[in-house]
This record gives sequence, C-alpha cells and structure tokens, in this order.
Amino acid sequence: MPVSVRTFQGAEEAERALAASRTARYFGGGTLVMRAVNAGDQAFDTIVRATDPRLRQIQMQGDSVVIGAGVTMAQIIASRDAVFLAPVAKVIGGPAIRTVATVGGNLFAASPYGDFAAALLALDAKVVPVGGTPVPIGDFLDARDREPRRIVLSVIVPRPRDSRAFRFVKVSRVKPKGVAVLSIAALLPTNGGRVSGARVAYGAMGGRPVRALAVEQALEGHTLDEQGIAPALSAATEGINPQTDALASEWYRRQVAPVHLKRLLLDQRR
Amino acid sequence: MTRKPLQFQLNGSGKAIFVEEGQNLLEALRRGVGDLSPKYGCGQGTCGTCTVLIDGEPHLSCLTLAETVENCAIETTAGLAMGPQLHPLQQAFMDGFAAQCGYCTPGMLMAAKALLDRNPSPTREEVVEAISGNICRCTGYEPIIAAILAAAASGGGRRYA
Ligand SMILES: Cc1cc2nc3c(=O)[nH]c(=O)nc-3n(C[C@H](O)[C@H](O)[C@H](O)COP(=O)(O)OP(=O)(O)OC[C@H]3O[C@@H](n4cnc5c(N)ncnc54)[C@H](O)[C@@H]3O)c2cc1C
Ligand code: FES
Ligand code: FES
Repeated sequence: MPVSVRTFQGAEEAERALAASRTARYFGGGTLVMRAVNAGDQAFDTIVRATDPRLRQIQMQGDSVVIGAGVTMAQIIASRDAVFLAPVAKVIGGPAIRTVATVGGNLFAASPYGDFAAALLALDAKVVPVGGTPVPIGDFLDARDREPRRIVLSVIVPRPRDSRAFRFVKVSRVKPKGVAVLSIAALLPTNGGRVSGARVAYGAMGGRPVRALAVEQALEGHTLDEQGIAPALSAATEGINPQTDALASEWYRRQVAPVHLKRLLLDQRR
Repeated sequence: MTRKPLQFQLNGSGKAIFVEEGQNLLEALRRGVGDLSPKYGCGQGTCGTCTVLIDGEPHLSCLTLAETVENCAIETTAGLAMGPQLHPLQQAFMDGFAAQCGYCTPGMLMAAKALLDRNPSPTREEVVEAISGNICRCTGYEPIIAAILAAAASGGGRRYA
C-alpha cells in the first residue's frame, strides 16, 4: 500500500494532522516506521513529520536537561549537557541506526527495544507532550499503548548529582551491538555510604521498560557491597514478568537478571 | 501514486529524480538513478549492506525516507574508485580476501569509509564498533577488520579526505 508523507514545520500542526487521521503515524527518525513501510504494514497509510527545531534541541533547565524528542542517539553522544546518557546511547543499534534513531522514538519502541527509555525511567524523567504538561515517564509508559497517539516534544531529565550514582548495562548475546536480552539502569544515590532513594529499571524484561520496585526497596539503607546487596539480588525478578522472544526465554531472563544486577550494583560491569 | 521531485548530489554529481511518496532511499538510488552498488538485504535495518553516507554520516538507505535527502551529498560504493584506481579500502579488501560472496561488501566499505574519514588511525575496537551494524555471513569478520586496519595503515583514511 502506498503511503503519503505530510511534512509540517510546527510540531503543533503535525499533532493536529496526526489526531485527525486514524491511519497516520508519526515519523521520528524512521528506524521502526520505515521498517514497517518496507514490510508493507497495512496499519497506516500516512506518515506525519515535523521539522520543528525545538525537537532537535538539548538545553539545560536548572538541574535538568531538556532533550527534544527528535534528538538522535548520535547527538546525545556528542552533547556535553547529556554526557551522563552517552553510555546508554552508545549501545543502541550500530552507528547507522544511532545517526537517526531518536529519543522520542525509543519511548515507543516495543520490547526488546527501549534501552534509552529504561534509563530515563531510572532517572525519573518527565515526558512533555506537544502543548501539554510534563508527565512522569512511568505514567507515560503505562498509558502509551492505550491512549490516542500524541506527539512527544521533549523529555526533562534530572541530571544525577554524582555521576557514579547512575549506572547502566545492556546485556546482549552478540557483541558489541546485539539487541538486548535485558538492560538495567540504576540511580543509586547514597547517604553516608548507604543507598537512599534508589531507582532501578529494566529494559526487555516485560512489554515495556519497568521499574524493579522490590529491588529498590531491598536496597534502601543498605551498603553497595556483597552483603548489602544480597536482599536486592534475591528480589531481582520479584514482580517482573519477562517475555520469551527470539533472543531469550522468560526462564533465561529470570536466571541472568540477578547476575547482571550484582555486577551493576558492585560496579563490576564488563 | 503521488511522485515528488528530489535533487541531491550522488558521488559528486547532481541528480534530479522523481520519487514515490514513502519510497526509501535505497530504491530511489537503485531504481531512480541506477546506482546498484548499495544492496538490498533485509529492508529492516539489521544487515547494513544498504549503508551509504549522507553528508558524511553512515545511514541505512533502506530506512531512509528518500524525500528527506533533498540537497544532501550522498556517497555510495560506486563513487569510491577514481577511474581504474581503487580506493585504498577496496584494494585492501581485495588484497586481504575480505570479500567472499561480496553481498555485505558495499555496506562494509561505506561503514569503514565513514570511520576512516573521521578517524584515519582507528584502533581495532573502533573498527569493530564501526562495522557493528553490518552483517557478513561469509568471512567471519576477521579479514574485514584486518583489511580496514591495513587501509588505515596505508594512509587510506587520508587519501580522499
Ligand atoms: C537494526 C536495529 C537495531 C536497533 N537496536 C536498538 C537497541 O539496541 N536498543 C533500542 O532501544 N532500540 C533499538 N532499535 C529500535 C529503534 O531504532 C530505537 O528504539 C529508536 O530510538 C527509535 O527511534 P526512531 O526515531 O527511529 O523511531 P521511529 O521509527 O521514527 O518511530 C517509532 C515509533 O515511535 C513513534 N514516535 C517517534 N517519535 C515520536 C514522538 N516524538 N512523539 C510521538 N511518537 C513518536 C512513531 O510514531 C513510531 O510508532 C533498533 C532498531 C533497529 C532497526
Ligand atoms: S537492507 Fe538496509 S539494513 Fe539490510
Ligand atoms: S562476503 Fe558474503 S556476506 Fe560478507
């Protein structure tokens, strides 16, 4: 089926066009949308694009960095303001994917994709829809497949005060750039050597990036050493429902999650 | 079907063609201007054989909406050699038996060129990283990595920069 392409300058106009048609799909960098076009996906017949410069901006706002939804992984890697996110962007696809794959597109990428979104979830980012108010990313991800599609303008990401407090690992079978068996992002602020207010998120361990609430609870007040993290490792997959796909079975994901979580928490990433 | 005019530079020559809406750049290059050097492998972004450079950056032409390259400079493998003189990367691939069936080769060459243009003396890890989006079913990658390093050592990265 041929698709028509509608390009707008303003994100607001693009959003109106998207809202007006059930068979329109928004185009970020196109890595997944063009794949669908090439496969003859019949679910949409119109592509809506926006060239709005706001979508491509990275700006500091107090202690947060505001990243336009159209910012690519390559832009993140090159940006000083978003330097703490570079290790995440670097492991998304190969170089040619990263030149176009956007932060906004990653928020919608179905599992096992969504590594960047998992990192944003651990960092307690907010998602800003075009013309709307910022939404906590957890609520956004909960609703993303249910609600009528809106265009995301940007994400607001609090910058970790201590750069060592934010950790990320993507586990894949094919090195260096295979798709994630799972990814883990953790924000581990400490107070007097003890974890206080941890946020831990998994990618590819469910239909969408999810928080490991049991792990967060088990870490609270503990030290980041073998003894201190033991309860968190026991709770590694509590409340988590990993999927089985071509990369790994649910069983396998459950088996390896604590192993990688341990390395991440002890900062022994390989 | 609506067709749109599109102008761009291909290996230094101006091109003006019509593309169908929603058409990808790979088809526009192969069918529109007859440059058959980028190959169609998967159409999903996973194999990398369709890799071309757009304004110097590696892109998967199968995932690029053709109409987005208006006024861009596109480089493909067809533009690598200078007349009968092969690009150092092509020569190194031949000398080092880095191609067997050759299907991945155009994408490998363009991914490698993107690297050497930016970084004429890459480490082995940087080479591995640069071709990490390109699949080869024949060579086991080692001859390809060795060829790219050999081209770099021979000054191949600086040759046409
Ligand atoms: C070969 C390959 C490897 C990949 N590897 C990884 C990987 O390692 N890790 C990973 O996480 N992902 C990976 N991906 C998935 C994908 O490329 C990325 O998740 C990317 O960030 C998607 O961004 P995009 O702009 O290209 O999305 P698009 O294809 O443009 O869009 C994807 C979806 O998001 C919607 N969308 C995009 N932007 C917005 C917006 N601003 N507002 C509202 N909706 C929007 C689109 O409508 C569409 O439904 C890979 C993809 C491919 C093809
Ligand atoms: S044909 Fe484009 S990546 Fe395979
Ligand atoms: S040489 Fe055959 S796929 Fe690489």
